[in-house]
Amino acid sequence: MQRNNMQAVFERTPILKDCPTHYCPGCGHGIAHRLLAETIHEFDIVDRTIGIAPIGCSVLAYDYIDNDMLEVAHGRAPAAATGMKRTNPDKIIYSYQGDGDLAAIGTGEIVHAAHRGEQITVIFINNAVFGMTGGQMAPTTMLGQVTATSPSGRDALNQGYPLQISEMLATIPGVGYIERCALSDVAHIKKTKKAIKHAFKRQIDNEPGLSLVEILSPCPTYWRMSPVMAMEWINQEMVKVFPLGCLKG
Amino acid sequence: MSPRTLMTGNEALAEAAIIAGVDAYFGYPITPQNEIPAYMSKRMPEEGRIFVQSESELAAINMVFGAAATGKRAMTSSSSPGVSLMQEGLSYLAGAELPNVVVNIMRGGPGLGNIAPTQSDYFQATRGGGHGDYYTIVLAPSTAQEMVDYTQLAFDLADEYRMTAMIIADGVLGQMMEPVVLEKRPKRKLPAKDWALTGMKNQKQKVIKSLYLPEGTLEEHNCKLQKKYKKIKDKEVLYEQDMVDDADVVVVSYGIVARSVRSAVRKAREEGINAGWLRPITLWPFPSKQISKAAEKTKTILTIEMSCGQMVEDVKLAVNGKVPVEFFGRCGGGVPSVDEILEKIKHYAKK
Ligand SMILES: Cc1ncc(C[n+]2csc(CCOP(=O)(O)OP(=O)(O)O)c2C)c(N)n1
Repeated sequence: MQRNNMQAVFERTPILKDCPTHYCPGCGHGIAHRLLAETIHEFDIVDRTIGIAPIGCSVLAYDYIDNDMLEVAHGRAPAAATGMKRTNPDKIIYSYQGDGDLAAIGTGEIVHAAHRGEQITVIFINNAVFGMTGGQMAPTTMLGQVTATSPSGRDALNQGYPLQISEMLATIPGVGYIERCALSDVAHIKKTKKAIKHAFKRQIDNEPGLSLVEILSPCPTYWRMSPVMAMEWINQEMVKVFPLGCLKG
Repeated sequence: MSPRTLMTGNEALAEAAIIAGVDAYFGYPITPQNEIPAYMSKRMPEEGRIFVQSESELAAINMVFGAAATGKRAMTSSSSPGVSLMQEGLSYLAGAELPNVVVNIMRGGPGLGNIAPTQSDYFQATRGGGHGDYYTIVLAPSTAQEMVDYTQLAFDLADEYRMTAMIIADGVLGQMMEPVVLEKRPKRKLPAKDWALTGMKNQKQKVIKSLYLPEGTLEEHNCKLQKKYKKIKDKEVLYEQDMVDDADVVVVSYGIVARSVRSAVRKAREEGINAGWLRPITLWPFPSKQISKAAEKTKTILTIEMSCGQMVEDVKLAVNGKVPVEFFGRCGGGVPSVDEILEKIKHYAKK
């Protein structure tokens, strides 16, 4: 055994709990959790950070990310975050939301939190489906994409086009920063980390407006693909409808 | 004693919330409670506290949820359609055991109804209102002064039991001007909010949630909630009564109606009719024991409401068949007059 000569080159970040997650193989939530946890650790803000977990596959985010957390009703995180941040301006408040949570049932809450310019950080996971309830169509589902509720593929005439909610939000003066990233390969994951850090830094520095990072995230289970194919699908297909890059700020 | 001030019930309630130390008010306009957000939008910033006009009642109650989770005193106010929209949040607040105060200045329904005073949200208020096995504490003031007193009490009860305390009144109470004394009530001894989310400064992670997935855990949580509700039923019932001991007819009513009932009962007594009255102040917990006791001596219980008959169901449960329970209600915005009530009292006294 050469054990004594081994050196740790990559460790669990202390803000992530030492336990397995319930996520499916190839799911992006685990990667996003890790980036978020690294960010909280690197800024050394866990003593004043409060997260909000959504309803969706990541409802149990508080079982994995080791910071104070509130679980709220489906889509209402930006309203709860408003109540928290307004009464605790010194705290760092973030919400973590899926695309059903943020772009369907919670559209009103995110638009108006943005509209009021709430100084919160939003991590928005776009996996193009409702994962938790069994892979139904989301507002972000791609045209032609087969889901539990679009069995013959999403059809624009019947079900509308994929909703580019980040582009919509970027038109609102109360938004300080929006960037769309992806978890589709190492280079993109690194960019995502940078964006998350920036979205937190803005709040730490008390810069005005809402900060949001949209993350294109694989859902191999409900995309009916292998994890590798799912990553490739983001790079080849999703980015055509959801172009990566900074939308504001 | 502090000087008396002439104020609408709504404004008196708002100022009382400030006296009670409310940290944040969130709300969306709706008649007949618009005086509350208007008052708060001016007074809260003066006090260095938070006022946010939300985009909906759904958002308002979730703003309350967020602020309450950090241990702050938070409130919202609305009227019937808006309170319907808040029910999702109220259920989550019950599940997460967060203290908060919600005001419903009731208006006519169902649907858009009208903006006239009613008491037709009794069912919604006293049965939890949203999904799941839960209750909210419900206080029903009948004067502007009681708006001041019971609003302060509501904040204490909410903090003590970690749940929603609701104040329900009607548009007359909300908008009528009456003299009030704006005095601070003695605060209860309240438990420390060691559950509040503050960030992990020298302490372990705290999570506030209403999800209980592992088998048996939800049942355990619900049993705990029920234990708390039982304690409240035992300890926190508030009511008033007069002349019930020798009464042939006892009139049960709450809120603004109780004021007319009191006058009608007095008039009945002047006319030689043995009438009495009982007024629940807490609608949940309901003064069932007291009503049951009254039913042992009287011949008829008459319930009067500004609804088609909601509280009367609780009265019947309390009376449990001992004597007939009669009902008179106005249900489209009309307030029962003293004469109308007197006539009903006479009618049932004769029977
Ligand atoms: C009011 C309400 N309606 C519906 C649901 C059921 N539900 C739970 S999660 C979810 C969608 C989740 O999708 P998304 O936000 O995209 O997150 P994901 O699971 O894909 O991570 C739905 C519809 C609910 N919990 N509450």
